[in-house]
Amino acid sequence: MISVGHYLAVSAVLFTLGVLGIFINRKNIIVILMAIELILLAVNINLVAFSAALGDLVGQVFAMFVLTVAAGEAAIGLAILVIYFRGRGTIAVDDANRMKG
Amino acid sequence: MIQLIAFYLFATIVIASAAMVIFARNPVHSVMWLILAFFNAAGLMLLAGAEFIAMLLVIVYVGAVAVLFLFVVMMLNIDFAELRAGFVRYLPLGALVAIILVAELIFALGAWSAGGIDLAARVAPAATDKSNIQQIGELLYTRYIFLFEAAGIILLVAMIGAIVLTHRQRGGVRTQNISSQNQRRPQDATRLVDPGVGQGMEL
Repeated sequence: MISVGHYLAVSAVLFTLGVLGIFINRKNIIVILMAIELILLAVNINLVAFSAALGDLVGQVFAMFVLTVAAGEAAIGLAILVIYFRGRGTIAVDDANRMKG
Repeated sequence: MIQLIAFYLFATIVIASAAMVIFARNPVHSVMWLILAFFNAAGLMLLAGAEFIAMLLVIVYVGAVAVLFLFVVMMLNIDFAELRAGFVRYLPLGALVAIILVAELIFALGAWSAGGIDLAARVAPAATDKSNIQQIGELLYTRYIFLFEAAGIILLVAMIGAIVLTHRQRGGVRTQNISSQNQRRPQDATRLVDPGVGQGMEL
């Protein structure tokens, strides 16, 4: 029988794959943004699994808010990416030192 | 039995496609694998009884976010082979972090399964006689109305921010100026003259 532990295992693997994706695609910021989406998807699976296991709907409401933030983050991130590419002609994040921070 | 097969099918495909997202050579392929991962995650959530979130996942992620990624990948003219250069170099570090993370998560899972934590009382217990969407709607528009409106404001700010960031003022383009068109009066535009016979018109 499927328990909440199965769901947590899937989301743990998904979360780890997202973090690994951030590390191994250090130069390609598009794939980094996709890896962040994977991490947020793992969080959503966790919230939904606990919501179903506990019989409490708040988890699903919160999953909706996580989804909202993920959509906004993708839009803003890609907009920043587009203007960065317009100015530099590359999207390599290694030499992103425009603000000299 | 069918639930078991469905769960393992969805779980396997979601993990495999997530791996392909981060290992694919071409970002367009990455986006395609991301769409597959989102579809199968929606299937997982459907199995858990969260129909609304599953549909939202398909609509928002596949319909909006993945398409946004595709547009950006196609808009930018990038040499992706050059971006792959550090792939092998960062693999050991990334694998180390991933192993630590998955070990911690499994440890937390074991600790939680051991029953060490007494979870709090249900905030919004799920009823059995109503559909999932109706229950979420009743919760969202009453108790979480301010959070819901805050989510709307976040989306509005994200939309305006994306427009402001990417909007570009082009020089040398003659655009229509509606207010100056409306302010133009006949006396500014026309001139009545009465030239004598045989005289030319002076413009």
